[in-house]
Amino acid sequence: MNTTPVAATSGGGSGLLLALLLLPLLGGIVVAFLKDDRMAKVTALTVSLVELILVIPAWITYVPTGSRLQLALSVNWIPSFGVHFSLGIDGIALTMIALIGVLTPIVIGGSWADKLPEGRGAAGFYSLLLIMQTGMVGVFAATDVFLFYVFFEAVLVPMYFLVGRFGGPRRQYAAMKFFLYSLLGGLVMLASVIGLYVVSADYNGGVGTLDWTTLARVMHEAPTGTQIWLFLGFFVAFAIKAPLVPLHTWLPDATAEAPIGTGVLLVGVLDKIGTFGFLRYCLPLFPAASKDLAPLVLVLSVAGILYGALLAAGQNDMKRLMAYISIAHFGFIGLGIFAFSTQSIAGSALYMVNHGLATGMLFLVVGMVVSRGESRLISDYGGLSKLTPLLAGLFLFAGLSALSLPGTNSFVSEFLVLVGSYPNEPVYAILGAIGMILAALYVLWAYQRVFQGPVRGNALVGLTGGPGAAPDPATVPVKDLNGRERLVLAPLVALILFLGFYPAPVLNVLQPTVDATLSSVGLADPVGGK
Amino acid sequence: MTPTLLASAAQAPEVHAATGLAGSAWILVALPAFGALVLLVGGKRTNAWGHLLGILTVVGAFAYGLALFFNTTGLAEGDRVREASLFSWIHVNQLNVDFGLRIDPLSMTFVLLITGVGALIHIYSVGYMADDDGRRRFFGYLNLFVAAMLILVLGNSFVTLYLGWEGVGLASYLLIGWYQNRPSAATAAKKAFLMNRVGDVGLAVAIFLLFKNLGTTQYAEVFARVGELSPGTVTAITILLLLGACGKSGQFPLQAWLPDAMEGPTPVSALIHAATMVTAGVYLIARSNPLYNLTADGRLVVVIIGAITLLIGCIIGCAYDDIKKVLAYSTVSQIGYMVLAVGLGPVGYALGIMHLVAHGFFKAGLFLGAGSVMHAMNDEVDMRKFGGLAKLMPVTFITFLIGYLALIGIPPFSGFFTKDAIIEAAFGQEGWRGWVFGGAAILGAGLTAFYMTRLVLMTFFGEQRWKKLKSEDGRDFHPHESGSVMTVPMIILAIGSFGAGWYFSAGDRFVDWLAPSVGARVEVEHTVIPHNLIPYITIALAVIGVLLAWLFVGRKAVPVVKPARVSPIVKAARRDLYGNALNEALIARPGTWLARALVFFDNKGVDGLVNGIAASFGGSSGRLRRLQTGFVRSYALSMLASGILVVAALLMVRFS
Repeated sequence: MNTTPVAATSGGGSGLLLALLLLPLLGGIVVAFLKDDRMAKVTALTVSLVELILVIPAWITYVPTGSRLQLALSVNWIPSFGVHFSLGIDGIALTMIALIGVLTPIVIGGSWADKLPEGRGAAGFYSLLLIMQTGMVGVFAATDVFLFYVFFEAVLVPMYFLVGRFGGPRRQYAAMKFFLYSLLGGLVMLASVIGLYVVSADYNGGVGTLDWTTLARVMHEAPTGTQIWLFLGFFVAFAIKAPLVPLHTWLPDATAEAPIGTGVLLVGVLDKIGTFGFLRYCLPLFPAASKDLAPLVLVLSVAGILYGALLAAGQNDMKRLMAYISIAHFGFIGLGIFAFSTQSIAGSALYMVNHGLATGMLFLVVGMVVSRGESRLISDYGGLSKLTPLLAGLFLFAGLSALSLPGTNSFVSEFLVLVGSYPNEPVYAILGAIGMILAALYVLWAYQRVFQGPVRGNALVGLTGGPGAAPDPATVPVKDLNGRERLVLAPLVALILFLGFYPAPVLNVLQPTVDATLSSVGLADPVGGK
Repeated sequence: MTPTLLASAAQAPEVHAATGLAGSAWILVALPAFGALVLLVGGKRTNAWGHLLGILTVVGAFAYGLALFFNTTGLAEGDRVREASLFSWIHVNQLNVDFGLRIDPLSMTFVLLITGVGALIHIYSVGYMADDDGRRRFFGYLNLFVAAMLILVLGNSFVTLYLGWEGVGLASYLLIGWYQNRPSAATAAKKAFLMNRVGDVGLAVAIFLLFKNLGTTQYAEVFARVGELSPGTVTAITILLLLGACGKSGQFPLQAWLPDAMEGPTPVSALIHAATMVTAGVYLIARSNPLYNLTADGRLVVVIIGAITLLIGCIIGCAYDDIKKVLAYSTVSQIGYMVLAVGLGPVGYALGIMHLVAHGFFKAGLFLGAGSVMHAMNDEVDMRKFGGLAKLMPVTFITFLIGYLALIGIPPFSGFFTKDAIIEAAFGQEGWRGWVFGGAAILGAGLTAFYMTRLVLMTFFGEQRWKKLKSEDGRDFHPHESGSVMTVPMIILAIGSFGAGWYFSAGDRFVDWLAPSVGARVEVEHTVIPHNLIPYITIALAVIGVLLAWLFVGRKAVPVVKPARVSPIVKAARRDLYGNALNEALIARPGTWLARALVFFDNKGVDGLVNGIAASFGGSSGRLRRLQTGFVRSYALSMLASGILVVAALLMVRFS
């Protein structure tokens, strides 16, 4: 074993990744000790904005057509198992880190006026948010499988406390469910990680390794049977994270009980660890297994698209609605990845970003509705557009992105997934396209029930003085969006439109990684491939 | 006839790079898009002048369109198809969706129709929406519609078409649901969007098929290489495109949303749900003519759908008392004619578009007239409460009358020229097809005359029934002529309704103009009934329709409450020939039940199972709850479990 710490860099800027990783953690520790709520918020926001600014040089330094993992950094960590503390990013990881960078300050701004449960200070909440940011960056930046596993599990802890301490009435049940599910997935993955270390020795000159680059080079030599077992360990963990039906039931509870900001990060970023895992670990490390098991994943994905959409349509709880929309969208991502074309995989990778923006925005808007009516139930509302036209308009805007209207960001990714899946998997692509109809149903139906028609519902009527009292719109004390809320949503509106018409900046970063991912499975594009 | 068709399909028009005026055709789209952006983002600050900006952008686009039109007519016929590439929109390896504009006779025809009629309706709306607090937002949505519709017709690929296609769907949704505090309006808006999405899936899958088989979605490349597609694929694509067209254009079996769309303000009904958006399906088929040319089966399906729809629309139109719904079903029916025409192939593409433009004039005029009547009658739409309005609203009456004569095809009004040409072409089909399709088309002409005469008689003639009635909000009716901001657009449209048909058809002017886009017209060689008799039969049937309407409606007093005891046909027609009931029974209700059942299943079944497993691990659900206070124990348990898993995994890996 090499005992000298090596700092392998490529393209320079390795310190940048470390800074991106550690800054939120340090910020989180500082915030934890602040007594004053306002001070804690301001500090947390500042840290998250600095982190966002740090993303810019990373984006500029990254050369899409350059080597696979850039901004790399590696230090010996546990020499006896060949474990390194290695960081590095590819195009997909970079876009996810950028998404985290964009969403975190928005989430902090969006949570600014949240009422926390009695006895809980803002310092704890914002500190946990920042610590979780470090965990999320770590998951995407790790290039050693063991380090990835560590971050994968580490993210659970702040999330557990964010839901369990700061969430809704059933927060403890939801947090425990989330934790047990994820832990179970993590353990199965741990088994596979250890198995991977053991098996890799056979193909790496007798030396076991968990270095991703090495594994990606050698693991395709492993027999299919071995690959399948190892694949399944990772797959279960990832399928719980980006919940595929039937492993999804923790998500509606967790999102429903989570504070709004936490929910945004949960479905917007945290769940993407699962789909990221498919792309970074399942496909390149176990290509034969990926091909063999693709039908299984495709069935689960398409089932998720339709099942999630139908359930979303049937929900009466707005936050659970968000969860089921996400389940449907994760189905699209899964479909794209395992349909094996660069268009579909690029669509999935882009979907991971777009879903974070669109559902994130929808989630925030729902939070703004809930904070006004103090109820999550759709049936407690009605005709809200008359009182809060801007809020209604922005709900619809985010909803239109969620239903993939052309001109919004989500259309580009959904179109790429479907058009790219069709050549290999026409039946699943058509079933996925039918999901587009259902998407229109759940978005517009929810909009109709909450915002259209005459002013009604307990949440609104209650504010006018007792049920049954005919509400006079002029007297219902519900205000439209304030300046802070507009400021929080404005960047999302801009990004959703910009990426809807000009996705090239992100697609250009993604595409070389996507090409490499597909060729690592040993496949070529069904249309125009060599 | 197949060989000649193949030959004409082989020569897709040569596409030239657009320069100069055509090169900056993006300005056409950018103007209304800019207007929409300013009005929707600017908010209340723009209330004072918002409607003026809305008008200005569309008038500007119309002026640019006119300039571009003359620029195009100045070119030799072979040079008239031009494309301006703007930027690469979605590009991943083989898939490269170029965002560009195609400037050719077909798109220019639509540009002038959209911006011309659009500008008139913008102006009209200043008066019509004067009392609405949200007028500025209304103009924002109208501008958004114009921008999306221009992208739809100008886009140079199936994907840019799709962008405009769903964009106009959004504008339509927003405007149908304009009175969104009225539950029926909200429901109608959602219904329109959903039924359109059903069609959109067809369009989307057609695009997938094109990409799979040709690796491109650009018109230029697709049309140049249609020959590489297998006949089965071509037929599949054309039928999928037709599904898209059915959704957007309210064709059978997706027609039910269009009459409900009349919940929107009347200018919207005129612009979007009569003159422009709903004709997008006809555009799509005409645009895709190189594909349709290759498949007789695909064309036959189109013709059948058109024929069924035109009859459905006529029959239901005879039974309604709601003035806007009658006009809406009339639109369904007239688009049926256009679809039938373009389904006939090279014989009919140009005829379908010609009728489309003429219809754009007279139907928009009729809707604006209806809006003027409603405006005067406290927003009442029930024709049974109208009567004798001709004298009180002379301008509305005369312009409406011109539109009416154009629609029922009385020479020399425009509908005569454009509809008669379609009927003739339908009779030109071989064998039974000529009889069936020609028969449907000519029968439709008679029915159209009947329901439209009924509408005119009930509204403008007879007893002034409203004198003894009050509107729903308890006011008396004081009908009066609308202001000039509303009547001037009506007058202009009436002039178009009068002259357009004659102008277009004289010397095949219109057909020749479209030739670079849809191919040279193939003359009808032989009709199943003598060629020169057809116009006379058509006019005779129309006159019979008028007389029958007079017999049923004009001659006697119209009851204010609609008679309950009617024949089964009328009953069925009043219920939209059970189209809605069918949708409800087959899709809406089972869908609702399925969603509810799945929610139950997910909560009790899947989640119950999960909780059950968790509980059995912990011993009881009570124990499970205590887990969270006893972390040590749970970790011990997890570590034990993980140890077992690790060992098991290692064994499996080793032995496999």
